[in-house]
Amino acid sequence: MAAQELTGAEIVIKALVDQGVDTIFGYPGGAVLPIYDALFQQNKIRHILVRHEQGAVHAAEGYARSTGKPGVVLVTSGPGATNAVTGLTDALMDSIPLVCLTGQVATHLIGNDAFQECDTVGITRPCTKHNWLVNSAKELTRVMHEAFYVATNGRPGPVVIDIPKDVQFQKAEYVGPQNVVHKTYRPKVKGDIEAIKAAVDLIATAKKPIFYTGGGIINSGPFASQLLREFVQLTGFPITSTLMGLGAYPASDKQWLGMLGMHGTYEANNAMHDCDVMINIGARFDDRVTGRIDAFAPNSKKIHIDIDASSINKIIHADIGIVGDAGHVLEDMIRIWKSKAVKIDKSALADWWRQIDHWRDRRSLDYKKSDEIIKPQYAIERLYQLTKDRETYITTEVGQHQMWAAQHYHFEKPNRWLTSGGLGTMGYGLPAAIGVQIAHPDALVIDIAGEASIQMCIQEISTAMQFMAPVKIFILNNEYMGMVRQWQELLHGGRYSHSYSESLPDFVKLAEAFGAVGIRAKTPGELDDKIKQMIDTPGPVVFDCVVDKFENCYPMIPSGAAHNEMILGDDPEAAMVTEEGKMLV
Amino acid sequence: MSNESNIERHTIAVLVDNEAGVLARVIGLFSGRGYNIESLTVAEVDQAEHTSRITIVTVGTPMVIEQIKAQLARLVPVHKVVDLTVDTKAVEREMALIKVTGSGEKRVEALRLSDAFRARVIDTTHNSFVFEVTGAPDKIDAFIGLMRPLGLVDVSRTGVVAIARGPEAM
Ligand SMILES: Cc1ncc(C[n+]2csc(CCOP(=O)(O)OP(=O)(O)O)c2C)c(N)n1
Ligand SMILES: [Mg+2]
Repeated sequence: MAAQELTGAEIVIKALVDQGVDTIFGYPGGAVLPIYDALFQQNKIRHILVRHEQGAVHAAEGYARSTGKPGVVLVTSGPGATNAVTGLTDALMDSIPLVCLTGQVATHLIGNDAFQECDTVGITRPCTKHNWLVNSAKELTRVMHEAFYVATNGRPGPVVIDIPKDVQFQKAEYVGPQNVVHKTYRPKVKGDIEAIKAAVDLIATAKKPIFYTGGGIINSGPFASQLLREFVQLTGFPITSTLMGLGAYPASDKQWLGMLGMHGTYEANNAMHDCDVMINIGARFDDRVTGRIDAFAPNSKKIHIDIDASSINKIIHADIGIVGDAGHVLEDMIRIWKSKAVKIDKSALADWWRQIDHWRDRRSLDYKKSDEIIKPQYAIERLYQLTKDRETYITTEVGQHQMWAAQHYHFEKPNRWLTSGGLGTMGYGLPAAIGVQIAHPDALVIDIAGEASIQMCIQEISTAMQFMAPVKIFILNNEYMGMVRQWQELLHGGRYSHSYSESLPDFVKLAEAFGAVGIRAKTPGELDDKIKQMIDTPGPVVFDCVVDKFENCYPMIPSGAAHNEMILGDDPEAAMVTEEGKMLV
Repeated sequence: MSNESNIERHTIAVLVDNEAGVLARVIGLFSGRGYNIESLTVAEVDQAEHTSRITIVTVGTPMVIEQIKAQLARLVPVHKVVDLTVDTKAVEREMALIKVTGSGEKRVEALRLSDAFRARVIDTTHNSFVFEVTGAPDKIDAFIGLMRPLGLVDVSRTGVVAIARGPEAM
């Protein structure tokens, strides 16, 4: 290939195009002007101008998680970079592949406290999978291609490339991605066959088995979800999943127990607690899932499959740890399962299912219905019923509404559910929805929001308007930071310190001020019609759903409790929180 | 999941690409996740390949030690992580420069003891010595302990470097 001399800014654009990028999310400023100039002079990459850099990163996350491709962000130095930090941390916690380009002051000014200088690589080192400060345009090609490789291979995550302004002007040779091989980073995707065989043998002996799956299946790609379905159906075992894993297994299937963890179903958590063999695929024993560690599934043998070796034995000891990509390992597992013609203990399994059905009969997601006020759970149920037959994507903010969405909206396919699981970032849902909508222009994209969370990135309605991204913001307006209020009730004697949503804007008028459509529903009777009206509106909608202010989210494992110590909605008095539990978040 | 009773000390060697910020990554990993560093040494070991070797002495439960190794191994510029305490019998050495001041009996005694420890005198004045002493860390601890009552005023230690015994490379 003939050597091409390009400016640093042109190298950035060319590398993005060669990496298959057609959309980036960003916000300009002094330190990225050359890149913006190069953007202006091409038409292969579409730039979505956000209203705050946090929004750019969440939008890129939404884009990435709904497409399986890496999301790309472009921001300026200093405040542009620091505003991106929340999004980067969010993507790191939830393993979302992102490439974030930040401008930096010119190399000769670095370290001088120059205007809009900050130590971007220093600040973002702990919140990225890797980052680079590019000292000369000569390094830029390699770093650009390496960045995509690192972000998307192994356990995915965000990376930052910090590019000083003078480097954007310097000329250097451009090389295509095919010639770049990373020096050190070689993640293991194939699991150890002996360990997989041992896992199959262990699974074959199970009397009370359970699949516990997570976001790793989604990250592995749709094929992994397909293999999961095949394997789960082959075994006839029950399956539950983390918040991040919803959709990998169809919620309508009879083997599905619902989500597990702090606000998971009674049947999922009790089955976890009593199981004898646990098959964890792509989940990380997060504290929202395990509850009290020393009481976690005490009588079980555990198989843990994860692409990140550091996830195995981090929190919970695994009897068999398999480092590898969920899809590859499942493929090998199914093959070995079939070739061994495994015979499972059918009568033990039938007993196990009888026990599970008994837990199911507890109907832990039930709630008191009302004809006068809209119960938040009812609102989600109706939203589900009225949108499930369309191509629908759901994002959320953080709080009770997020948990109700996870409980009452049911997913049949992967990549349709986007929520901030690890970091729990209020403000994630709206920009993430915009990112999804940009990638899927014809889909119905709904941000299930709380009235407090939505205000954190509300400015992005303007982005949705500008780019005709017809996202629907469905606010469960309970006039409280409901999740905070619930914890204050449980742990702090009902002293609602600063958790009331005072001085709320009129969300209908707010929508109109942005040029969007505002809809308000106040009674259960009008809810369906209004939701239909929302769906039929061609542009962005803010839906102010006025719900019961005091509803709490159940069932719940209080902090510091075990899986079999759930509080149920019809028996909230049973809430027992230990002194130790109070210390936990 | 820390069980105070089974704390172990491990010496871990990490071969890294000598790129900007790599040491900050390693140190940030330890501080960010609350692991201990007893000592850490680093220097380039292959100029042509731009690789550096970091030797870390750390303490923790077996589960924490396993975590530390896994966390180090997943850093992007890391080539290799070897636990010299588990994988092999390793030799460990540390060097210290030790300044002792005083005169008369104490001065004579310091010089006599330094001989027993094969410490070298690398600087001297009428009322001071700087000793260079090399050995396993506990030997250096012992030497410093003996010098304390004899006028010890300053200590500079390198931290442990270690290498596996036998013909095998890392
Ligand atoms: C950025 C950020 N700040 C603070 C919190 C802590 N927090 C978790 S849930 C919550 C309340 C959310 O209120 P709202 O959006 O109205 O949702 P609701 O619980 O009422 O459904 C708060 C403050 C957070 N998760 N994220
Ligand atoms: Mg609220």
